[in-house]
Amino acid sequence: MVSVVAKTSRPRGIRPTRGYRVFQAVNGVVLTVIVVVTLIPFANIIARSFSAEGPIRAGEVSLWPKGFNLTTYGRVMTDSLFWTNYRNTVVYTVVATAIAMVMTTCYAYVLSKKHLKGRGVLVGIAVFTMFFNGGLIPNYVLVNSLGMRNTIWAIVVPNAINVFNLLVMKAFFESLPTELEEAAAVDGMNTYRTFLWIVLPLSKAVLATMVLFYAVSFWNSWFSAFLYMDRQDLFPVTVYLRNMIVGATTGSDNSSSSDFALQVGANIRAVTVVLTALPIMLIYPFIQRYFVSGVMLGSVKG
Amino acid sequence: MSTSRTADPPPDTLSVGVKPERDGRSRRSRPHRRTWRRALRRDWQLYSLAILPLLFFAIFRYLPMLGNVIAFRRYQAGGALLGEYWVGLHYFKLFWSDPTFWQVFTNTLIIGGLTLLFCFPAPIILALLLNEVRVRWMKRAVQTISYMPHFLSIVVVAGIVLDMVALDGVVNQALKAVGQDTVAFIQEPGWFRTIYVSSEMWQTVGWGTILYLAALTTIDQNLYEAARVDGASRWRQTWHVTLPGIRPTMVTLLILNIGSFMAVGFEKVLLLYNPLTYSTADVISTYLYRVGVQGGSFSYAAAIGLFEAVIGLTLVLSANAISRRTVGTSLW
Repeated sequence: MVSVVAKTSRPRGIRPTRGYRVFQAVNGVVLTVIVVVTLIPFANIIARSFSAEGPIRAGEVSLWPKGFNLTTYGRVMTDSLFWTNYRNTVVYTVVATAIAMVMTTCYAYVLSKKHLKGRGVLVGIAVFTMFFNGGLIPNYVLVNSLGMRNTIWAIVVPNAINVFNLLVMKAFFESLPTELEEAAAVDGMNTYRTFLWIVLPLSKAVLATMVLFYAVSFWNSWFSAFLYMDRQDLFPVTVYLRNMIVGATTGSDNSSSSDFALQVGANIRAVTVVLTALPIMLIYPFIQRYFVSGVMLGSVKG
Repeated sequence: MSTSRTADPPPDTLSVGVKPERDGRSRRSRPHRRTWRRALRRDWQLYSLAILPLLFFAIFRYLPMLGNVIAFRRYQAGGALLGEYWVGLHYFKLFWSDPTFWQVFTNTLIIGGLTLLFCFPAPIILALLLNEVRVRWMKRAVQTISYMPHFLSIVVVAGIVLDMVALDGVVNQALKAVGQDTVAFIQEPGWFRTIYVSSEMWQTVGWGTILYLAALTTIDQNLYEAARVDGASRWRQTWHVTLPGIRPTMVTLLILNIGSFMAVGFEKVLLLYNPLTYSTADVISTYLYRVGVQGGSFSYAAAIGLFEAVIGLTLVLSANAISRRTVGTSLW
């Protein structure tokens, strides 16, 4: 892959260290700017969430709260619909992650067995869906006609296997030494027991990574629920927030039955944004390295 | 994400939904059949683990593909699930002569193109900059902070973006500070693409560096040594050693980006656009959502969706083929 080697004939010499120092300084400045630009939206929304409605409307709140108060947090947190939807998000995330883990782990294990006849076809069945899908309308008709509308299954089942995650797990299982499984087979263990008691305990790290991948994506998802849920008490918190946002932008497509919050205060919206993102932002520093390792595992040639 | 670079057959030649247990072709020759039987007897427990996942793929991935037949049939609400009768290419002709379709088609190409133009190279540049940082904690800090937006729900991102570009938001405050008039960004068709692409950049640039940083660590240090001996400057080292070193990663991600070109951030557009900005913001996927799900014209919307999906598949297959011939990197 690395085939090109510098072959300059002109003796230009190594750049003076002074030039490199200048570059380092410029690089530091550029990266600092990038960090600041990344953080401004976060700072802005947090500042808004602690500010009074008046200063926000007057355009005085930028990166620091004006008219600091906690009453908005109190108001959002005492809204029973908010809590119902928050609880729904937790339930949907837990159930969906559990089912997705079982499905993904089983299939990835099967795909990791190089000797298995028909393995190529099984892999192809999964990979093809990464590049071609049935599209919104057939899926919509299918989920509705299966009677999954207004049930948790509309969110969980159609998203039970993420092919990228599947390939990450497959790559991991393939990297495990085969000797242990062979020894287990010699001892008379069948495939199920080997899988449960030998392979899975060896895969705790990748299982944790996958749980995080799935949990974050289900926590953040909103569109399935928006599409298939009609009743407010079934919404996840992301749809609660969506209805607030869309109510706030002038004249959006307010066709859904759920625009209960047409004119909510800007500070209430900010508080809801913060509370929706909060759990993930809180655990983010601890889970970050798992995510990074998962992405890298996925890049290993499978 | 070069995971799928396996030695498997190209997926487009698959006989969809045929389980290995029941391979009809195997009946042609006896030995072939016997190997299947032997494989089944030996590995039936493994195959059994694949049953539920295969059911999932059959019902929720491949059945909807077949469900696209409603694009060729007349569908009526409350009527037969797959439509009443065949109408051939009626719905395709219909959207072909629909000016709105061509407008959303153009919008899709423009937004997809701009996203590719800005959001594909940005992580490469950031990764190269990060790679030059010699202070450990500083590199760590930049990485941690720039990954953060990736973990936000698209709804949260939309909420933040809308607040920032609102009349009372920080962007207008900055405009006022330099003596400019305020702009109602979210209602201006001319600003939608800028808002879309920059928020996309904000959310994806940091996370996108991971694979490049990983690829950068695999480059043989001897190559830099050799380049230095040859008198190559830092720029030339970057150009002749670093970039070729991460080229496979670049190409793989480029192909994947091209594959999702037509499906441009549907959810984000849906959250950020409004009737005032339809002229620049409305893309194929949002249009077919409005026509199909909200308007109930399932057949018409399915026809558009099928058209979009086929273009997407064609794009990724050709990008893959071109890249395999020219640079030798491909997805499978």
